[in-house]
Amino acid sequence: MGMTIAEKIVARAAGLPEVRAGEIHTVALDKLLSNDGTTHLTIDMYHKLKNPRIADPGKIVFVVDHNIPAENPKTAAVHKKMRDFAREHGIDMLEGKGVCHQVMVENYVEPGQLIFGADSHTCSYGALGAFGTGVGCTDMLYAIVTGGSWVMVPETLRFNLHGKLREGVYPRDLMLTIIGDIGANGANYKCMEFAGDGAHGLSVNDRFVLCNLAVEAGAKTGIVEPDEKVREYVESRGRKAENLFVSDPDAKFLKVYDYDLDKIEPVVACPHFVDNITPLKDLPKVEIDEAFLGSCNNGRIDELRVAAEILKDHKVKDGIRFIVSPASNEVYLQALEEGIIETLLKAGAMVMNANCSVCWGSCQGVIGENEVLVSTGTRNFKGRAGHKTSKVYLANAAVVTASAVAGYITGPEAL
Amino acid sequence: MGHTLIEKIIMKNTGLDTVSPGQIVTVNVDRVMIHDIFIPFVAEKFKEMGFTRVWDPDKICLIYDHMVPTSAVEDVRHFQIGDAFAAEQRLTHVHRTDGICHQLMPEMGYARPGQVVFGTDSHTTTYGAVGCFSSGIGYTEMAAILGTGELWVRVPETIRIEIDGELPGNVSAKDVILTILGDLRADGATYKALEFGGSAVEKMSVASRLTMSNMSVECGAKCALVAPDEKTAAFSGVPMAEIAWLKPDPDAHYERVIHYSAAGLKPVCACPSQVDNIHPAAELVGTKLDEVFIGSCTNGRLEDLAAAAGQLEGKTVAPGLRLIVTPASRSIYIEAVKAGYIETLVKAGAIVTQPGCGLCCGRAGGILADGETVLATNNRNFLGRMGPSSVKIYLASPAVAAASAAAGEIVLPE
Amino acid sequence: MAQFTGKVWLLGDDIDTDIIIPTEYLALPSVDDMKKYAFSPLRPELAGQIAPGDIIVAGKNFGCGSSREQAPEIIKHLGVACVIAKSYARIFFRNAINNGLLLIESDLHDHVQEGDTITVAPGEQIEAGGEVYPISPLPQNLLDILEAGGLVRAMQKRNGLIS
Repeated sequence: MGMTIAEKIVARAAGLPEVRAGEIHTVALDKLLSNDGTTHLTIDMYHKLKNPRIADPGKIVFVVDHNIPAENPKTAAVHKKMRDFAREHGIDMLEGKGVCHQVMVENYVEPGQLIFGADSHTCSYGALGAFGTGVGCTDMLYAIVTGGSWVMVPETLRFNLHGKLREGVYPRDLMLTIIGDIGANGANYKCMEFAGDGAHGLSVNDRFVLCNLAVEAGAKTGIVEPDEKVREYVESRGRKAENLFVSDPDAKFLKVYDYDLDKIEPVVACPHFVDNITPLKDLPKVEIDEAFLGSCNNGRIDELRVAAEILKDHKVKDGIRFIVSPASNEVYLQALEEGIIETLLKAGAMVMNANCSVCWGSCQGVIGENEVLVSTGTRNFKGRAGHKTSKVYLANAAVVTASAVAGYITGPEAL
Repeated sequence: MGHTLIEKIIMKNTGLDTVSPGQIVTVNVDRVMIHDIFIPFVAEKFKEMGFTRVWDPDKICLIYDHMVPTSAVEDVRHFQIGDAFAAEQRLTHVHRTDGICHQLMPEMGYARPGQVVFGTDSHTTTYGAVGCFSSGIGYTEMAAILGTGELWVRVPETIRIEIDGELPGNVSAKDVILTILGDLRADGATYKALEFGGSAVEKMSVASRLTMSNMSVECGAKCALVAPDEKTAAFSGVPMAEIAWLKPDPDAHYERVIHYSAAGLKPVCACPSQVDNIHPAAELVGTKLDEVFIGSCTNGRLEDLAAAAGQLEGKTVAPGLRLIVTPASRSIYIEAVKAGYIETLVKAGAIVTQPGCGLCCGRAGGILADGETVLATNNRNFLGRMGPSSVKIYLASPAVAAASAAAGEIVLPE
Repeated sequence: MAQFTGKVWLLGDDIDTDIIIPTEYLALPSVDDMKKYAFSPLRPELAGQIAPGDIIVAGKNFGCGSSREQAPEIIKHLGVACVIAKSYARIFFRNAINNGLLLIESDLHDHVQEGDTITVAPGEQIEAGGEVYPISPLPQNLLDILEAGGLVRAMQKRNGLIS
């Protein structure tokens, strides 16, 4: 019987010809990502080991993206601990270069790889046909020391995407709609696999948006069936695209969903759950205090272009803080070249260095008591962006930008 | 007998025929600046004092900069109180995300030649660079001004500082003012006015003069003035004829006149942890750095970013070192984007942040860890200002800072 | 103002406003929340040791740096009876008077030890270790503010809220 993409990747990592969903295997990991959210804890545990060793420093990447630049001595100390450890062990350390998942996809990830990251949104790497998944720091420590780990082969939910998104509708709307349909635990432990002409029509950046949010449906990972677009992306960056795995025709899927992309419409995830989806047109008037464009989900050049297109004719409303944080320096430089940064600044946006910003919610734009944020971030959990009484709505880049102009949540057509 | 520049501004403001140092006078305030840290206190004291309406909404500037972007949920409370006060008092000059107060005040034309301006921040001395009598006060006095439009001041003695000749290529206004601070010491001009003049000051851009006036508070000065010229008129958008009176009389009485030969000045640094602990940068070469900060109301202007980009063109920041660049205002950020400085800096590995006070005020923007060393272009290197007390802070010009960022240690700029 | 006696806490030159209260604590809701961090970069334990009625004696340029009025307010809230320094930075000086905190200019710093008990007669003299150090009185306009109990009360009088 055939295998799914996830099964093929785990089989390769386990050195086996075949694996099946539900089996537990010992695997070799291709890359390990750890960021300043938790690396200090992993390092502390590492130092408590009797015979600490690192299997392969070349597989490890440290990224400082959550609290950069540091906003207090505590986070500064975390960064220093990472820096000292990375220097001592010859580990790649990217500090202030961008959000970890974006810089991983730009610089490290190859199709067919199995990657652990000490961050839930590691599932993003499915944009390149890789299997990325988030783990805690104990799992990360084990992987650092041994170079491997164990995984349970996930069952796969297959999403066949058909056609094209209409103008003004974005992959983010599609993924939020899917999460709303299957629920915040609808893909628990499972792989969300995206295929079909609708999937292949999406750019690598757009696929990133889908895979990144897979964890918000509980998924272990999300993978878009890789194709020539992926090969081109990876090879243009001097990396290899040897393992473009696709599911066999007779692979076993737990469930198959079909989505017609042209039926998708702009949606908003309302407080305080990502699956609390309302079509934008049905949303009552919600006034906002802050708008955020950025994050590993939606801080790429595509989204910045959407914002600039709106802001070339409009200004951010007085009193609204519109925070834009490009997902990486590469994205920032591209935006600079296209004149987007200038447009955003002139319109009254706050342009931040590339970082997690208010999506992480511990610095750089945190919101206060009773404030409302409309965001392109990954989560809208209670208190996620600041004060426990504050509210977060998730929407696409056009809605977020238009809302910053209007002062309430709206699409650009209302401006 | 003649008068110094500050005396003439006070005379014009009060309508007095003459004033002399030590005299206590009441001035009519032309403009005030309140920033985000202190607005809650100003608003509270204003009400506590029994005032209901501000004396003139048009004369009040409310600027958020220390807490932009917010780094703690409590920061937002300051915005909420500020916004409510602005709405209640119908304030129109409110800047929430546009940059540092001391950059915006002269840049937006709120602080103009010949005016009397007070701000709830010690670096309010900055606007002296455009021939404005400006000084920092506390929030209680600010509340009283909001109610009355007046403040008592003691007419200060004036120390005249003459800088003549041509500055060497790698010496900037920052080096000049640091050198002066080292000579005058941290309390050398307490309660007094500084008056800068001489051919080197005449040749300086308005931006460079702003750097000099900005840091004058570090020797205790009440204000630090430069007589306006054509450059000032163009910068502030006022006709030269209107401000031609803003010059000291030839027979003005100065407490002291200090002369500097510009050609003899060198790049210098303020060493930990006093601003007057000045040493030639050449003597500090080789000091290892963990971070470099370019920004603040002292040195976050376009010419500063240009100097930094000039040093970093085609180079990269030393491995393991953070270079943080914080433009002083939105318009400076835009101009620096257009000029290509931002591209150069980011390509070199700089972290370019949203305009604001950033690291200088020690609330965010690149706080350091125990035992680290930072070279910064801002105005203060006090103990504990940018992290734990063990952090060492050196202050220098943008050129020294950028060159040192590439080297990983203090070096002289090219 | 009546004469008073208090215990000396001795500090050096250039005690800046970041030492008196570091910026990171300025957003705390009240001065009482902030006061435990007073002088923390220099002497973290000091704020807990200062008792009401104690006197801070320092060198030159006390209070240099920022305009943060929390600096004199916190010293006042710690119960410090007065500060005696060789000289003061000007914004701090104004802020202290406006908050009703008595400042005295004197070189006492060079003549006393920490823990000494001294007696202050405002506007007249300081008695320490058997020696008498004369001090000069403040100008009348400042005495008016101090005697009103600070600038807020002076303005309340002006606005007829109190008599």
